[in-house]
Amino acid sequence: MIKRLAKCVREYKAASILTLIFIVGEAILETFIPFITADLVNRIKNGTDMTEILKTGLLLAVMACISLACGGIAGFTCAKASTGFAKNLRKDMLYKIQSFTFHNIDKFSSSSLVTRMTTDVTNVQMSFMMIIRTAIRSPLMLIFSIVMAYVMGGALATAFVVVIPVLAFGLYMVSRKAMPAFRRVFKKYDRLNESIEENVRAMRVVKGFSREEYEKKKFGDAAEDICGDFTRAERIVALNTPLMQLCMNFNMVFVLFIGSKMTIESMGTTVDVGQISAMLTYGMQILMSLMMLSMIYVMITMSAESAKRICEVLDEVPSLSEAENPVREIKDGSIDFNDVSFKYSKTAKKNALSDINIHIKSGMTVGIIGGTGSGKSSLVQLIPRLYDVTEGNVQVGGIDVKEYDVKLLRDSVAMVLQKNLLFSGTIKENLRWGNENATDQELIEACRLAQADEFVSIFPDGYDTKIEQGGTNVSGGQKQRLCIARALLKKPKILILDDSTSAVDTKTDSLIRKGFKEYIPETTKIIIAQRVSSVEDADMIIVMENGRIADCGTHGELLERCDIYCEIYKQQTNGGDSDEANE
Amino acid sequence: MKQMNNMPRKKANPKTFGRVIKLLYSYYPKLLPLTAFCILFSSASAAVPDLLIQQIIAVIEKWYKTGDWASAYPEILPKILFLIGLYVVSLAAVIVYTQFMAYITQGFLNKLRCTMFDGMQNLPIRFFDTHKHGDIMSYYTNDIDTLRQLVSQSLPALIRAGAVVICVLGIMLYFSVWMTLIVLAGVAVIMLVSKKVGGGSAKYFIRQQKSLGRAEGFIQEMMNGQKVIKVFCHEEECKADFDKINDALCEDSCKAHAYANILGPIIQNIGNILYVLVAVAGGLFLISDVPNVGFSGMAFSISIVVPFLNMTKQFTGNVNQLTQQINSIVMGMAGAERIFALMDEAAEADDGYVTLVNAEIDENGNVKETPKHTGKWAWKHPHGDGTITYTPLCGDVRLFDVDFGYVEGKTVLHNVSVYAEPGQKVAFVGATGAGKTTITNLINRFYDIADGKIRYDGININKIKKSDLRRSLGIVLQETNLFTGTVMENIRYGNLEATDEECINAAILAGADDFITRLPNGYDTELTNNGANLSQGQRQLIAIARAAVADPPVMIMDEATSSIDTRTESIVQRGMDQLMKGRTVFVIAHRLSTVKNSDVIMVLENGSIIERGTHDELIAQKGKYYQLYTGAFELE
Repeated sequence: MIKRLAKCVREYKAASILTLIFIVGEAILETFIPFITADLVNRIKNGTDMTEILKTGLLLAVMACISLACGGIAGFTCAKASTGFAKNLRKDMLYKIQSFTFHNIDKFSSSSLVTRMTTDVTNVQMSFMMIIRTAIRSPLMLIFSIVMAYVMGGALATAFVVVIPVLAFGLYMVSRKAMPAFRRVFKKYDRLNESIEENVRAMRVVKGFSREEYEKKKFGDAAEDICGDFTRAERIVALNTPLMQLCMNFNMVFVLFIGSKMTIESMGTTVDVGQISAMLTYGMQILMSLMMLSMIYVMITMSAESAKRICEVLDEVPSLSEAENPVREIKDGSIDFNDVSFKYSKTAKKNALSDINIHIKSGMTVGIIGGTGSGKSSLVQLIPRLYDVTEGNVQVGGIDVKEYDVKLLRDSVAMVLQKNLLFSGTIKENLRWGNENATDQELIEACRLAQADEFVSIFPDGYDTKIEQGGTNVSGGQKQRLCIARALLKKPKILILDDSTSAVDTKTDSLIRKGFKEYIPETTKIIIAQRVSSVEDADMIIVMENGRIADCGTHGELLERCDIYCEIYKQQTNGGDSDEANE
Repeated sequence: MKQMNNMPRKKANPKTFGRVIKLLYSYYPKLLPLTAFCILFSSASAAVPDLLIQQIIAVIEKWYKTGDWASAYPEILPKILFLIGLYVVSLAAVIVYTQFMAYITQGFLNKLRCTMFDGMQNLPIRFFDTHKHGDIMSYYTNDIDTLRQLVSQSLPALIRAGAVVICVLGIMLYFSVWMTLIVLAGVAVIMLVSKKVGGGSAKYFIRQQKSLGRAEGFIQEMMNGQKVIKVFCHEEECKADFDKINDALCEDSCKAHAYANILGPIIQNIGNILYVLVAVAGGLFLISDVPNVGFSGMAFSISIVVPFLNMTKQFTGNVNQLTQQINSIVMGMAGAERIFALMDEAAEADDGYVTLVNAEIDENGNVKETPKHTGKWAWKHPHGDGTITYTPLCGDVRLFDVDFGYVEGKTVLHNVSVYAEPGQKVAFVGATGAGKTTITNLINRFYDIADGKIRYDGININKIKKSDLRRSLGIVLQETNLFTGTVMENIRYGNLEATDEECINAAILAGADDFITRLPNGYDTELTNNGANLSQGQRQLIAIARAAVADPPVMIMDEATSSIDTRTESIVQRGMDQLMKGRTVFVIAHRLSTVKNSDVIMVLENGSIIERGTHDELIAQKGKYYQLYTGAFELE
């Protein structure tokens, strides 16, 4: 995992390494500065003359400046490295996601991808920053201080034999106990926040049933429970400070007591006063480094979860295989399904589609009808290879779709998805998704065909009208017509409308179909619809049920022999939603 | 790390800080002072060992030339013992305050969360209609997080460092005013620099915040539209757009972090230089015999200069600690301000005094209040003269000349009059924005009318207690919202006192029993994430069962079936028809087939009723309804 993430450092390797170097420089100066200051104090104490004091003072000032420079540069390179690393992580993830197939996309929910690219990256960025700042510095300080303590303090350094293991063990125990507790409570905390969201979303239900008090109690209980868990976890961590203090205090007393005994007994030969104060300083540094190390440990383990989630995205293998020698031309818009069956995942028990055999000639209009979950969308998604068949094959223009260059295939098969989206930007920009180089004239023509021109030109800004995120400022019917226009701009050989006119009134709907017939007669059109009226004049209507083709034929044929079709037809005409009345 | 997502929007208000402290104090009137005392005690006691160490070293210096440990021992031992004693007491204080702090922090956050949530339940629907859900959520996540940092880290640090700074300042003044001035001048420089650099950091943190928001928005849109991107082979364009946004974000956050990172070394090293200055100045004072000014009245001597140097170190060290907290304090204040703003939102007003009570109705039609559940209800109406009248709950709802606007001065309903007699089915038809849902919002008083009147069983609905009014109205909305919990719990939401049997009966009535019993755990199946494991139609059936178990005399069905396909709808429709029997029903529907059999159909356009009548009457009129029915207009 670490290796995988380390790959994303790339051009920021230099900054990372520089950070390490300058931090070490700063650390070295930091350990020497106390020496010089002690020296300065001694000089003043001993009444050394002013020039000597000034010299030492100048040395100290110079060292402070170097330390400042080192610290400053390290701070800058560290910021650069860590934010750059985060940038690369986001970039790599987004690039990876762009290579995802529908299979991969289904696996991750879009909200989980958003968290992975935002919160998780921030977490990893923070621990990366921590690591390059302290991962070398702290162990270095630790070793340096221990060595110095032995060199300077001699026998006095034995104090550390007791203190270090105690502190290390103590810190280790605290983090080991606290971390799982925190992890558990964070999960609960997420659920609590989800329940708040649920409450906010369902506020009309809550108020409609006058359940405010009930909700308060429910939330209060859950919050109380979490508060208890949080407090317990936090109290474990709170032990760190007194533990640290205990060790420092012990060190202090030990050094002072034993130190003074040794100094006096040896008449200052084995240990002297200077060594005692050096021991006190180094003792402090050793313990601080240990504390830092334990913090890094905690931080890394805490962000490991985020790192794991990021790696899941980066390591995901796109499930689509490209043809080795892709065919670069599509002859026509004919479509053939040969003994196709399809499952959404290998482990799924049930087929989404079974035994599909369809032969569609280029330029035909085909309607598909059936209840939710009958497999209509699954069927058409196989044509532009949004998913690959499990068995059998799908052919376009007489050649297996797997043989084609994927981009070419998808450019030739325009599909208006059921869950369709416009992006934030102007209407023009949105339409140009279909064809970047389309002229304004072409845009207007496509919109006329999709019956969108009429309402677009009424907008004050016409084709330059801004679409809000999620397309909230156009109605459902208008959005669908814009999406159809966008697909038409691709000048596709095959056009698939997956329930794309459900919010469009029946009259406009029939105008759109009429336009298709007149202006793009050679394009194969596949129309999935809920309304019988949308498909009844098709050359062929496919009735789907439970992932199988229940029947296939023209409107007249199906009315005679297909019960499901008749049922749907009867229900809709009774409801008055058919367009017979206006024809 | 999350705090950075929520950088200050405006300058922190000192009043906000005061309010946080006041709130903390009101939650923990005993614990808080005790904890503060322990913090003060432990930081004060941290200064004492230095003095003892000095003394011990003096003793050593006195004796080490003789090598006579036995004579030194009695002098050292009491000092060591005193030190140990001090350590024990201070350690106890540390344990007490760290444990209390853990307790106080979490308790405080919890109480804050609960207060916010409780307050939120009482806010009017308008609040939820005008605030994005994401924004509301960030009160509970980001803002609470900033306060956590503030209470658990910054407050103790503030107390500790503040105490040390004041103590040390006092001692310094005691020794020498001249030298104190030098130190203070240095501190002024530190403050100035930290303000400059810290300000730069804050500026870029805000910028980073904005870029982050932009990046998040982009990511969100692309992740949702990923399938569309694939279908249009738009991957490369998406990458290129993202690179731009990503680079900008990286640049801003790099600057923000760089400023923040540099602050520490700068202050520390200014401290070092200040140390040198003090040492040199001290040396100069010693040599040049300047008369000392200090509360101690001591003349300059080494015994003043040396401790002064230590104090300089301590002083700058603590100032440094304070500046480290500035960012988190500013952010905490911004969070607190938002939280207080939420807590200060005006709750939904309710002046209603007419309540709904269980009733017994004798054969003469006399209504009597009873504590037990009779299945019959009555409005209890206390009058100004002390008398109480009871009106049986029938479900007669009338709107007279109602005007209404969500925003003042912009009416969306004009002169709307609707009479719904008990048991009648009233349908509203019209384009999006015509005002159909608005009418139902007024009946259950999610919003209050601007002009006109609404009567429920002859009573002005403004006089009815809101919770009782809503209890008498069942609603099924287009967007089904189920709660995390079992199917049974979700149905029972309609009537908390309902037995399992009643819930099952309601499900049978709604036609939901069939599929529920086929779920893996039947009625005990856990639903999560708004019933994500159920189909749209199944969710809607549960919502209908939920309304059925409440057994209200009046029902509002707002586009309850419009997102279901026609085949599923026929199943749901059966449940709905069962539920509607014998009740006053307001139906808003997309498909006209649903409203055809209504007693009266109202066609709305731009907030006015333009046609009303039965289906046959309206068809005969050949007006708007006729056009809609024949498909000449779209209903979006």
